[in-house]
Amino acid sequence: MSQLDRLRGVFRASLSLPADRDVDGLEYRAIPQWDSLAHMALVAAMEDEFDIMIDTDEMIDMSSFAKAAELLEKHGADAVT
Amino acid sequence: MPTPSPDRRVALVTGSTLGIGRAVAARLARTGHEVVLHGRDQERSAKAAAEVAAETGGRTDTVHGDVADPAAVSAMMREVHRRHGRLDALVINAGGHAASLLGMMHSDVVSRLFHVNALGATHTLQAAVKLLRRGTDPAVVLVSSVMGRKGAPGQAVYSATKAAVLGLTLAAAKELGPQGIRVNAVAPGYIQTDMLSTLDDRARADTVAATPLGRLGTAGDVAAAAAFLLSADACFITGQVIGVDGGLVL
Repeated sequence: MSQLDRLRGVFRASLSLPADRDVDGLEYRAIPQWDSLAHMALVAAMEDEFDIMIDTDEMIDMSSFAKAAELLEKHGADAVT
Repeated sequence: MPTPSPDRRVALVTGSTLGIGRAVAARLARTGHEVVLHGRDQERSAKAAAEVAAETGGRTDTVHGDVADPAAVSAMMREVHRRHGRLDALVINAGGHAASLLGMMHSDVVSRLFHVNALGATHTLQAAVKLLRRGTDPAVVLVSSVMGRKGAPGQAVYSATKAAVLGLTLAAAKELGPQGIRVNAVAPGYIQTDMLSTLDDRARADTVAATPLGRLGTAGDVAAAAAFLLSADACFITGQVIGVDGGLVL
């Protein structure tokens, strides 16, 4: 499974979304499930899945799935494709 | 670099090269914690960690950096994450002290006190929350001061910074309680540390006379209270401020 697929899985699990839900265009607060509490849980789940630690400022700036993917690359998670 | 040890609680104590922080670190090391000591520079942190390990037979590690700098705090927490993966206990102690009558304190001193004592505590707690969530029965103790509760002439700015620490404690206890993270504070009174070294004999005698228990406190007194609040014995205690002041706040 690619890193991007793993990230999609983290998003679906953390936000309680169906397994077939397209999350690539998702943005923070665009759906009721992605609120501030879920955002904290999502970041924690990303940290666990990819064994990284996301800074407070990065967490605040992670406003979309695309930003989350960029964050993974920044933290040196293997190529996100 | 120490290997993560699942059988020991991992504790970070900021400002632990001297005084109260150092005593807390030693107390936790004696009670089975793996203690990450912290100071502004690596050399002093490493020296303190080696001394605490030698005194207690415990395991220690170090991080360093200026808590007033959020980037430095983030870097410290990344190191804790990389080496230990979690925090079970956090003591936010790093701080500074300066006394001056209102109108007589330089603005850079005012700024520095707030940046280290109030903002530093906030940066540290913010950056540590995710590590605490990974811990077992995680608990935080913030070190405030009797001045944050009571104030005194010449202590207005310092008192304000330590009152901020109490506000942070109370709000964090409410916010993090549902996640299983306890947050409490200790408010030391007059403690025999370098911060009191400027007291002359007369001032020292007056201070003791004003303390119902009739003596200055020790760093060990504060460490005992902090260790209790971090322990399983305090598992139903959160959002409290424990005065370690010999009865000054009565």
